[in-house]
Amino acid sequence: MASADPYFDFLLRMGDNTLILGHRVSEWCGHAPVIEEDIALANTALDLIGQTQMWLGLAAEVEGKIRTADDLAMLRDAWDFRSALLVQQPNGDFGQTLMRQFLFDAWHLEMLKGLIKSSEVRVAEIAAKAVKEVQYHVERSGDTVIGLGDGTAESHAKMQAALDLLWPFVGELFTPDAVDDAMTANGIAPDLNDLRTAFDTHIGSVMTEATLTIPDSRFAHKGGKSGFQHSEHLGHILTQMQWLQRAYPGASW
Amino acid sequence: MYAQMIKSEATQDDPEKLAAFQARIDANEKIEPKDWMPEGYRKTLIRQIGQHAHSEIVGQLPEGNWITRAPTLERKAILLAKVQDEAGHGLYLYCAAETLGVTRDELTEMLLDGRMKYSSIFNYPTLTWADMGAVGWLVDGAAIMNQVPLQRTSFGPYSRSMIRICKEESFHQRQGYDIMMKMCKGTDAQKRMAQNALDRMWFPSLMMFGPSDADSVHSEQSMKWKIKMNGNDELRQKFVDQTVPQAEYLGLTVPDPDLTWNEEKGGYDFSQPDWDEFYDVLKGNGPCNKERLAARNKAWDDGAWVREGLMAHAEKKRAAKLAAE
Repeated sequence: MASADPYFDFLLRMGDNTLILGHRVSEWCGHAPVIEEDIALANTALDLIGQTQMWLGLAAEVEGKIRTADDLAMLRDAWDFRSALLVQQPNGDFGQTLMRQFLFDAWHLEMLKGLIKSSEVRVAEIAAKAVKEVQYHVERSGDTVIGLGDGTAESHAKMQAALDLLWPFVGELFTPDAVDDAMTANGIAPDLNDLRTAFDTHIGSVMTEATLTIPDSRFAHKGGKSGFQHSEHLGHILTQMQWLQRAYPGASW
Repeated sequence: MYAQMIKSEATQDDPEKLAAFQARIDANEKIEPKDWMPEGYRKTLIRQIGQHAHSEIVGQLPEGNWITRAPTLERKAILLAKVQDEAGHGLYLYCAAETLGVTRDELTEMLLDGRMKYSSIFNYPTLTWADMGAVGWLVDGAAIMNQVPLQRTSFGPYSRSMIRICKEESFHQRQGYDIMMKMCKGTDAQKRMAQNALDRMWFPSLMMFGPSDADSVHSEQSMKWKIKMNGNDELRQKFVDQTVPQAEYLGLTVPDPDLTWNEEKGGYDFSQPDWDEFYDVLKGNGPCNKERLAARNKAWDDGAWVREGLMAHAEKKRAAKLAAE
């Protein structure tokens, strides 16, 4: 169900992507292969949650201050979420987590670069802040994809499997629908078709260096960002994330 | 403390060198990694700094347990930042230990196979959101008691890591107390959670300082070397004196019927924790010992292919660079 206001929907998409991915990445806390990765993963999750506060904060204002950013995060059910299917996917092993991160980061970077030029000043401001963090995220995730892709035979095989698994979730990020078209028409957001070229160049060079093969398919699962048909995973994420707010309604934390 | 029951090594070095070394320490000079040091000093420090580092790393787990359930975006962000700091503290401390001639991997292996310990406190579970408050308030509060004086410890790298760590720990304690305040001003259920957290964590927090000095056979040498700055009982007393008024301010009851203000000593009289329980926890029989070590072992084992892959890549790059030269 799309809401009446595509701008609100668009802001939810941005905020829900960072919220759900931030949640997923934070699941790693204390379980990473080396301390440096524990720190980096926590740092990435922290940036993403910070960006969520900005996007959902603006969404709440646009909606008319009926709800807060926390209300949006903690009190919507899955079908009102607008996160892409990619960010809902389970962590899998470390390689799968980093592959998901890189594919998202590479999209996120191009999206934010476009949003810096948004006709909406508030959107441009958030994007300008977020893009600095995401530039770093994509460098790190890209380097790790290269390191593991071009590492041992075992790490190579795991990274290729991760890419094959996650590739069908990339297309949704770039497939415009009515909300995206409305955003492009009034200059709030860039045309997703235009982002794809830069994305393909970027991931093409990283995957080459990583000695990984991008699947020869443009098949794309969809239903996350529209909210029409989420993954089964999203509901489980919410049962954890929203539990306290649901169990103790009205409490202030 | 984050380092408990550290065994001091007897030392069999040249008496003249030992005297000169002790004189440097007495003059508050810092000992640096390349300086001569007694073997006992080196070994004791490796054990102590290593245990402290392990505590930071294992300490991520009880708090990490609540990151995905944090009740608001802000609380989630703060908790993430805190757990990230702890991993960072672990890293500084491993680096400080490495200057003494042991590698991080060696220390890690000793943690994972049980040869080295981490603080007993992290073997207790975190069961409600109020535990995130209580950990910050009590556990970080107790840690600070010990770590502030350790900023003046004789070993330079350890002292410098303590200075960095203390800055962050005081923020951790404040955020913990802030959670407690919010809970104690909240609904009946929140107040109940807060009291329940204090009930469970009070005595384990007192255990962090280690057994009474009378039973602590290793303290004397370490204090002479300025590796240990204060006695266990002294710090425990200071902690109780600081914490009881904070509990009162929160409207919480410290779970000790014998807690009374002693005008004469200017401090509280209080019950000792159950030291049998403490030794049980050290032996591996705490409520979460097995889970904590299993989680760290799994992280290490599951991560082996990642570490090997990244090393292999770095090696390829180095070889390619050499070939190009």
